[in-house]
Parts: sequence; structure tokens; C-alpha cells
Amino acid sequence: MRKLIRNVRVMDPGDGFDAITDLAIADGRIVLREERIADFPADEELDGTGLIACPGLIETSFHAHSPGHDRDGDMASELRAAVAGGITQVLLRPDTQPVTDTPAVVQEQRQLAARLGLARVHCAGALTTALQGKALSEMAAMLDAGVLLFSQAKVALPDAALLRLALSYAADLGRPVWLHPEDVDLAAQGVMHEGGLSLRLGLPGRPAAAEQVGIYRDITVAALSGCAVHFPQVSTASAVALVAEARRRGESVTCGVSIHNLLLCEQDVGFFNNHAKVLPPLRTIAERDALRRALASGTISAISSDHCPWGVDREGMTFVQAPFGISAVEWLLPLALRLVDEDILDLMTVLGLLTQGPAQVMGLPAPSLAVGAIADMCIFNPDTYFTLDPTRSWSRGQNLPYGQWQLRGQVLYTLVAGRIVYRG
Amino acid sequence: MSADWDVTALLGGMARDLRPHVDPEQAGMIGIFTGGVWLARALHGALGLQQPLGQVDISFYRDDFSQIGLHPEVRASAIPFDVDGRDIILVDDVLYTGRTIRAAMNEIFDYGRPARIILAVLVDRGGHELPIAADIAALRLNATAGEHIKLRGPDPLRLELEVRGPQP
Amino acid sequence: MSPSTFRFGEGNLQYDAQGRLRHLLSIEGLRERELLQILDTAESFLSIANRSVKKTPTLRGRTIVNLFFENSTRTRSTFELAAKRLSADVLNIAVSTSSASKGESLIDTVDNLMAMQVDGFVIRHPDAGAAHLIARHLRESALVVNAGDGQHAHPTQALLDVFTIRRLAGPIENRVVAIIGDVLHSRVARSQIHALSILGCPEIRVIGPRTLVPEDLTALGVHVYHDLQAGLQGVDVICALRLQRERMESHRLPSLDEFYRRFGLTPTRLQWAAPDALVLHPGPMNRGVEIASEVADGPQAVILQQVSHGLAIRMAVLTLLAGAVGGGDEHA
Repeated sequence: MRKLIRNVRVMDPGDGFDAITDLAIADGRIVLREERIADFPADEELDGTGLIACPGLIETSFHAHSPGHDRDGDMASELRAAVAGGITQVLLRPDTQPVTDTPAVVQEQRQLAARLGLARVHCAGALTTALQGKALSEMAAMLDAGVLLFSQAKVALPDAALLRLALSYAADLGRPVWLHPEDVDLAAQGVMHEGGLSLRLGLPGRPAAAEQVGIYRDITVAALSGCAVHFPQVSTASAVALVAEARRRGESVTCGVSIHNLLLCEQDVGFFNNHAKVLPPLRTIAERDALRRALASGTISAISSDHCPWGVDREGMTFVQAPFGISAVEWLLPLALRLVDEDILDLMTVLGLLTQGPAQVMGLPAPSLAVGAIADMCIFNPDTYFTLDPTRSWSRGQNLPYGQWQLRGQVLYTLVAGRIVYRG
Repeated sequence: MSADWDVTALLGGMARDLRPHVDPEQAGMIGIFTGGVWLARALHGALGLQQPLGQVDISFYRDDFSQIGLHPEVRASAIPFDVDGRDIILVDDVLYTGRTIRAAMNEIFDYGRPARIILAVLVDRGGHELPIAADIAALRLNATAGEHIKLRGPDPLRLELEVRGPQP
Repeated sequence: MSPSTFRFGEGNLQYDAQGRLRHLLSIEGLRERELLQILDTAESFLSIANRSVKKTPTLRGRTIVNLFFENSTRTRSTFELAAKRLSADVLNIAVSTSSASKGESLIDTVDNLMAMQVDGFVIRHPDAGAAHLIARHLRESALVVNAGDGQHAHPTQALLDVFTIRRLAGPIENRVVAIIGDVLHSRVARSQIHALSILGCPEIRVIGPRTLVPEDLTALGVHVYHDLQAGLQGVDVICALRLQRERMESHRLPSLDEFYRRFGLTPTRLQWAAPDALVLHPGPMNRGVEIASEVADGPQAVILQQVSHGLAIRMAVLTLLAGAVGGGDEHA
């Protein structure tokens, strides 16, 4: 299929390209990029006036409950939500049911994704069997089945000695390991940030110190093991500082952040709002501001929606009973644009944190909109504001605290290898 | 607007009418908050009753609780004498539909079983919705729905008649 | 636009759009006007307990359900008696944790009962926020009284405590109040702190070991003490809290004896407080742990009065909530 996109502002964080131009796509790649393309017969022509085209977004933390209970979502519903959000690649979380710790589960996921033909799906293999942190999983077998990297999802690994062994083993295989940094004993049964609000509400909290202690241990052990590690969602100033220090020492340590920790804080739990129950928890404004500064300084490499849909059965649960997670992949881009609106970052940097950064920490080729690049892209309207309506969502998850937010950045087209997989 | 009613004189008339029916040693007087209590205080003294004065707040006994809910200021009812077998003089300011008196009687019966209840009111304005009549009424009127009669007090006691449009 | 705007969009769940109190979920969010109205109304209900017919017809024809997910004979029986003395019909449902885990959710349980046209729920649940969850679900179709949700709130206990203090020690604006014990895990303490603040208590103290009374509690507007003698200086009212055995299992205390040694209220230590200081306890008491028997049975303890006040307070709460149907303007 040959496509022509006219008069669109192309923004490519890879090379800093930012200009209004035409794009011609053929055989899944960008073949021309110039101001007025003449003489390109196309099957479809899109008018990009007033719109922005950027490389397709990459979601580094995506829970599709596949395998799992489909009342909470499945690969089909959640990938549809992803492409509706301009996302062209996702990394699946391995904390599925059963856990992704065998080649069989990996194959199932890959086949499902291939049949759907929506966003590109990358699989993460569990670092330890059932994520329990007691035994190494068969990482080489999973690698052969096609996993991209290894991860502990949202499960901290209490046994430091085992962590060292698991990281050493993964280092052999040359893949990074993604960890959830938190001291399990300090975090205990906490359901929100330990602070003023948790004290008022009588809810057990997870102190920031648990993340600080956890990440210090994980970085130290990783250095012993020679394995590259990534912390996909940090939530504290101390974590960010420790990552920065490790990078200054030349260690292979990176971190990402969830959009929720950039926009919300512990107060959003309000009076037991289940939709604000998330891991890592929403913390104080001071922590949120420290994360924002770390974005600007480059310590944090990627922004994720940490997509975790839960179906309506969760609505009747108490805050303590409800599972952790926010479902917001469809609105990752508009939510991230809030950072631009609040003068934290400029648009190009934000787009980089949603594309280049994730590719880099996942070990993927850098996305690009240069001539010759694969035509994975997101075309969105940067100007028109809309009201977020959680009931009108492709995802089966209703759990998000952004209802009625006024946002801009609605996605109009998502292309994967030149094919339009979503029309807004 | 206050019509020219001399409440003191009206009270005097009530006391005079009550006296033949009352044994000052044994009879118990109960006033209904708020106006009835003001009047009862005066009558209690005028009649020289031995038993201390009782008072009831009928808020918990209203038949329209489901419609209008709890009054913002509820006072504690207190009947400091034994109700069983006693002659009770129940005092209120304005008798209208009769529902307040029914509620007051229900409340009194939750304290015990009186020998009899004599109802004494300052104004019987007509418009009874229940078969309840005042044994003693200083004023008997035929007020319309638009006329509102209220006892102001406690000092001085003043009877007011206000003409407003009919309530929605 | 502030990015951390709390957008849950429910406002104050306890009040309806007309400003009437519909649910009692926590003292936090209860306006002073309604708090005082509950206390004043309770005065009326106290006198009813001394009559031969200890009932008023106020809630006749209404059905109140005691939905208790935690064992509690005393609170449940007080609510039961309160509702019955208002002539309501009462349904007691004790949900054992095993039947709750059989799968019927909290909301389903409530909906099944609502299908039988009940008018109100008194709910006690081990999870903080359970009462809010139910009130959010029911809105104005039934009243909800929180009889204790996890460690969050126990509003009727706090109300009866401030009622007791007001009646027996005078206006709260003039009193220094100390809460002793496991404040961190206490829904009673949290509610007491809010109630005392609303009523203008000039100084609220919390006293206990750091493992049960962390410094962060100052965020609630209280003074934190870890030494009993220092904490009791000039105190007019002492609220002792019940210490639970679990606290040792979670290693917050080496032993119950250690607690008694440091913070147990003995007759000698009671002298450290102001003369004739009141001693309150929500019950049931651990004699010899938080309080010595001589103090519990002594003249300064008002524990039995608290119980009778509790009944009057709960009658007042049910009456106020059940009456929130008219506009209140009808009371001309």
C-alpha cells in the first residue's frame, strides 16, 4: 500500500528534525520526505494540516492479561487501546497467569500478537520461576522462543544472593534485566505511599525508604554481576539520585518513570479512590517534582503509562482488596503533553521519552522518520482539547483517575509498517 | 402584626377556667415546647401546683418525621413526676390540626398511664384534622390557611397574627 | 491547571446536594453544626432510658441492618438496641471472613439486602474505606453508619467520647486531652482527634512508644509524647486505648508488660494528670495492660457512663440520618 501524508509537521526526536513536510510511504517504509511531493501515486492520501507526525510510541510496561482472565482485558482489547494511543510497540509484563516463565507462554503471546496485526509485541521473560525469587527460570529457552529481555515485573526479589546469581546468568545471555526496586519488608503490606494521607486514612503505607533501600541493593548487586539493569518505574528522588550516581560510575543502569508519578500525588487517593491505587504508589509533590527534574536532566530515559487494566469486578472492592494498577495506555500521549503545558519539558523531549528512550532501554533499534526508516508512526492533533471519558475506551480497564481531565494530543492515525492500524 | 390580645388577661382566664378541675396537690402540668412551656410556667404558678412542671419536645413523635426530618433544635423531654394514675393538664399555645397534641399524648403514655388528660390551649384556631378538642381555650377563632398565629416570648408573651399567602 | 487536582468528583460523600447529612462515615467531613446537633439530640435520648417505655416511634417502619464483617458483640448490640428503641426493625448480619471469601462481594451483599427494601446499614469491616465504598454505591437510597472500618474511623465512638467529656468535664475548648496507647492502629483515636479538633480542643496529645505513636502523627495536629509523665502534665481528660496482642506479634512491643511498665495507667500515675482528670476507655479493657483495675473501677473512670452515652449517641445519629428527607425548612 502506498500512502502519502501531506503537509504534516514531522517531529523526529532521533535526529531533531522538526518541519512541515510531506511523507511518502511504500512497502512499509518512508521513501520520500520533502516539502511538496509530486508524482507519487498513492492508494491513500492523508491531510496532515495542523497535525504532528512522530515515530510510533513505545510502551515499556503493558499488561494484557494474556494469558489471564479476560474480564480484565486481553491481547485484542488492550492492543486496540494501545494503537488508539499512537503506540506501535509494546513490551508485555511477564506477571501473567500463568507467569511468562516458559517458552510455551512466550509462543502463545507471540502467536496471538501476530494474528492480531496491531502493535508490535515484545515479550519479557520472568527472571525467576513464577517471579517468586526462589529459582532461576529457563532464560535461554525463553530467549530461543523470542523474549526480548528478562523482568521481575512488580515483584521485588527478597533474596539478594539469588538476585546476584540470576543477574549473572542473564548477563551471559546479553540481555538487560528489569527490576522492581523495593525492600519487601519495609514495604510490607502497604497499599499506598506512607505519609500524611496514609496516616489519616489508617491505611498501611509503603515508605519511600523501601524504594531507596531496594534500589541501592539492586544497583550494588547488579554491579557485582555485570548485568545491565533497568528500573522501569522509579518514584522517589533517592532512587533517581542513586541511578544517576551509578551512571556516573559507568555502570549499566537505566530507569524509567510512569506518567502517573509525574502527574499525580498521594492526595489523589482522596477518600479511598481505588483508581489511584498503583505500584509504585503516588507519592508526595516533592517526589513528583524531583522526578520531573530528573526527566529534564536526562537521568530518566523513558515515560510509560504502566498500563494495567482491571475489569469492572474490581469496582466493588475496598481499597485494601483492590489490585494495583491504572489503565491509561490510550492517553499516554495526551497525559505526557501535560508536561509540556506545565513548562517542564518541550515537546521534542517528551516525544523522545516516549520513543527513543524506550527503544534504547529495551535494546531496540532507534525509531526514526528519516527516509528509509520503517513507517511506524503516530499522527496526532496537538491543539484541540478534549475531555477524557473513561467509559469510551478501547481497553477493558475502567481504572483510571483521569476522568473529565481536559487534554490535548488526540491520536488520529497510527501506522505500523505503513499500514493504518488505527483511525481516530 | 399583633392583634390587640392581652395575653396576661387570657392567661388569667385560663387559670380561672382550670381551677375547678384541678387538685393542686396531685395534678401534674406538662407544657409542649416551646410556647406551651412558657404558658405552663405562668399557669403552674397561678394554680399553685405542688408537682414540679413537666415539659415535652414532641420531635421524636411527630407523624411527619419521614417527610420533614429532625428539628435542628431538639430539647430533652422531662416529666419529673409519676404519670401513672395522675390527672395531667397538657398545655400548648396554638391548637391547629391536632397532630402536635396527638404526638404529645403518645409521648406521655410512654411515661405511664395517666388517669386523665385535660388539654388547655391559648388559641384554638380551628382547622382540626384529628378528633382532638381543647377542654380549655382562651381564644376560639376560625383562622384561614393564610393566617399564621404564633406566640412570641418568653418575656413579654405576645400573640401574633400574620397574614401571608397560602403555603405552597 | 494543577496537575494533582483530585478529580474523583464526589465532593463530601456524607452530605447530599441539599446539604443534609445522609451518612456518618467519618468525623473528618462532618460539619460542626451536625456534630453539635448529634450531641444535643443525644441529651434528649438519655432521658428516655429512664422511662418505663424506653422507646420513641421515630423510626417505626424502618429497617436497619447491622452488617458486621468483624466480631463485635458490644458495638453491635448497642446499635441494635439504639435502633429498636427508635422502634425500627433490626436485621443482624454477621459475615464471617470465610463466607465473605466465598466470593460474594461487599457490594453484592448490600444490593441483596437493598432488594428487600432496607433503610439503612450500620457497617463494621476490617478494611479502611469499606463504609465509603458502600455509601458511594448507595448514594441517597439508604443511610450508612460506619461502625468501624479497619484502622480508619469509628465516628460514633468519638462522638460518645466527646459527649461524655462535655457532660462530665465541661466545654472542650477548655480541656487538654491525652490519648494513650496504640494510636497508629486506632480508628477510635483518629476519630477522637478529628472530633476534638472540630470542637476546639486547645491541645490534643498522643502518648505512647514510638513504634505505636510515630512522630508523623503531628500532621494530624496533635502533640506527640513518648514519656507518660511528661505527657500527662496538666491533662484534664485521658482517653486510654485498648492494646491488641497483635502488636507484639508484629514486634512493635517486646511484651504487654513492657507497655504497662512504661504507659500503664496506675493510680500513682493518674496523679501526674490534673486533679479529677477524667479517664475514658472505649472497651473492652485489658486490665493490667493499658489500665490498672483500681483506676478502671475508681471514681475518675467514666467507662460505664460512656456505654449509656453510646446508646444515646447512636439513637441520635440514626434519627438525624433517617430524618434527612425533608428540607428542614418545614420546621418554621
